[in-house]
Amino acid sequence: MPFHTKPRTFKSIGALSFGNGERTVTLGGGNTLPLHFFDAKPANPPAVGVEITDTGFDVSGLPLLAACYGTAGTLAERIQCAAQFKGANFVCLRFEGADPGGLDRSVEECVTLAQEAAAACPLPLCIAGCRNVEKDTQLFKALAAALQGRNVLFLSAREENYKTVGAATVLAYGHTLAGESACDVNLAKQLNVLTTQLGIAKGSLAMNTGSAAAGYGFEYVSSTMDRVKSAALEQDDTMLQMPIVTPVSVETWAVKEAMVSSADIPEWGGQEPRGIQMETVTAAACLASGSDAVILRHPVSVEKIAALIAALI
Amino acid sequence: MALKGLDIFKLTPKTNCKDCDHPTCMAFAMKVAQGAVPISKCPHMSPEALAKLSAATEPPMKTIELGAGECAHQLGGETVMLRHEKTLVNKNLYGIGLAAGMPDTAIDALLAELVKVDYDRIGKRMFAECVLVECSADVARSVAVAQKALASGRALILHCPDAAVAKAVVEATQAAKPVLCGASAANWEAMSAVAKAAGIVLGVGGADLSELHDTVAKLEAAGNRNLILDLGSASIKDAFANAVQIRRAALKDGDRTFGYPSFVNLAALAPGDLVAQAALASLFTLRYGSIVIMERIGYAEALPLFGLRQNIYTDPQKPMKVAPGLYPIGGADENSVCCVTVDFALSYFVVSGEIERSRVPANLLVTDAGGYSVLTAWAAGKLSAASISKFIQENQVEAKIKNRTLIIPGKVAVLQGELESKLPGWKVVVGTNEAIQLVRFLRDYQQ
Repeated sequence: MPFHTKPRTFKSIGALSFGNGERTVTLGGGNTLPLHFFDAKPANPPAVGVEITDTGFDVSGLPLLAACYGTAGTLAERIQCAAQFKGANFVCLRFEGADPGGLDRSVEECVTLAQEAAAACPLPLCIAGCRNVEKDTQLFKALAAALQGRNVLFLSAREENYKTVGAATVLAYGHTLAGESACDVNLAKQLNVLTTQLGIAKGSLAMNTGSAAAGYGFEYVSSTMDRVKSAALEQDDTMLQMPIVTPVSVETWAVKEAMVSSADIPEWGGQEPRGIQMETVTAAACLASGSDAVILRHPVSVEKIAALIAALI
Repeated sequence: MALKGLDIFKLTPKTNCKDCDHPTCMAFAMKVAQGAVPISKCPHMSPEALAKLSAATEPPMKTIELGAGECAHQLGGETVMLRHEKTLVNKNLYGIGLAAGMPDTAIDALLAELVKVDYDRIGKRMFAECVLVECSADVARSVAVAQKALASGRALILHCPDAAVAKAVVEATQAAKPVLCGASAANWEAMSAVAKAAGIVLGVGGADLSELHDTVAKLEAAGNRNLILDLGSASIKDAFANAVQIRRAALKDGDRTFGYPSFVNLAALAPGDLVAQAALASLFTLRYGSIVIMERIGYAEALPLFGLRQNIYTDPQKPMKVAPGLYPIGGADENSVCCVTVDFALSYFVVSGEIERSRVPANLLVTDAGGYSVLTAWAAGKLSAASISKFIQENQVEAKIKNRTLIIPGKVAVLQGELESKLPGWKVVVGTNEAIQLVRFLRDYQQ
């Protein structure tokens, strides 16, 4: 009795492009469940972004990452390094230094840095804030004006600031924007509904439905994306058909498994392999659950995840 | 897929002989449909009718058992594709692969590393449960390596496409109830005989899904329903497609021939590349791998993978809880401040993680809040001034810790006054709303 695969058809995820000219990447657009490319060839494979920060990473205990950036001192030099990582589709510049709880870098200073970075970056650019809602709102307003024409993807608007951020980035300067919600399909949908009511086209909108490191409540991350993709692809819920962008590295490099030095817990072995595996495992799990783009930090993780995506097509 | 009473009635002899103690065949059929009496109460059912009925009442995916004693595990038995639809039932197993052709030093090193990675996480033992042994034509050597694997206290998976060798190796190890992989379209009869004689699970593979489906159908017709399905090693794309197609056919299309757990050897899909194997292990943990074999599993692989599996296989209907108690974080001692949180595992992880990141030692008081998050627990009356002060008394916190500062979650700031009156001598401080703000808060507080 031979086995016949039943053909399955699904609705489509909307496509979102950011970057300009030859430096463009398109997320989403496919009509298969996550990574189910045997059902249909994907319109655009999931993308991999490389994360860098305005402050630079603490590379102690991470010789490979340190070697990668080598002598690259300025942000422009570092962003060029990151863009050359094998498998990188875009670069995500995160303004960690803007955090009022940290360096509290001024908006003007961030604008100068972003302009340098944008000029140097040969790939599409995504800009992430410092996770302080008020500061991010001011920051995104200023950056959207300064980077006009570059079609940046901003991470991210939240329930508290979607109006200001949406108006400043997409409506005023034609950038793209991801809405961030905390691991709940209804919150994700509500934010999309509210944001589109501002007059923002669906094609300019992505989602960050929440992220966590593997082992740290990842079931919420995964089940939220499972639900979003079921609703979008099987039930044609147009308010959940935005592509999903998941910042992975910012979560995985902040957990104990990736941060503890090998001197502190010798039996765990080297710190860098632990960090790489935590990042890679989490990223693969995100892609399996529904991420249309993941943002990673380490060149090894970037390369291996890009290779995994390529192997599945 | 329960049959209706009328469907069952059609299969009865319709003689109303009353041998089943029911007045009519129809009455009997109705009782069977309700599950009130077993179909075997009727002595006159034809074998075909019985087979049809037992097939119709079978679950869509079989549950199989492997290993013996402490190494016994169950696989399969899933009823949904995604965990939120109900829950996933039997967690996948991880293991490493050995080959009879490897030198002893290499085998010993791999097993030593495997055994070393064994720790507790939220009250559960985290370890890789099985070892795959690739047999060679040399029976004595294959048995010796299998014995080594068993000595590590792990369940044994044998891969041995040669039925004669398989018979000898299985006979030497059958007390441990290994899984025998290597059955295919070419050798299924001989392999099935070996597995059935030993009462063990047989792993079946095929060049493609059609061939696999054919072979499984033949095995089932021959009476062997104790199987796992090899996802193959042709390519990553095929193995993943097979995993999804098999599970989808079984659960969504009711194709019981594919209603078995799966087996995938990542060492064959990404040889020598442990990072790629970890990524694949993650993929197959989420999507339908039941036994996942890697070349090696050290802490770097285990920490994220075991945590991921623990997350994915938690029942969405029950929150994941940590044991209430006093947890010193970041080298905290009796002079360190106390922070209050709830026993919802996510709250515990986030809060303990942020305290660690702050590098300010603190004693974390995990109170019994029924596994709810802070606000939910407060709303449900499970996190209150009374519950916190009771916790402090019952756990003898005052005897164990000299510091008298208690930081409470910012979201339950309202408890501050009542707590101070219930806990004389304590200074109750309102902490932050979000765990992520704790780093700054604790550092500022320390100064």
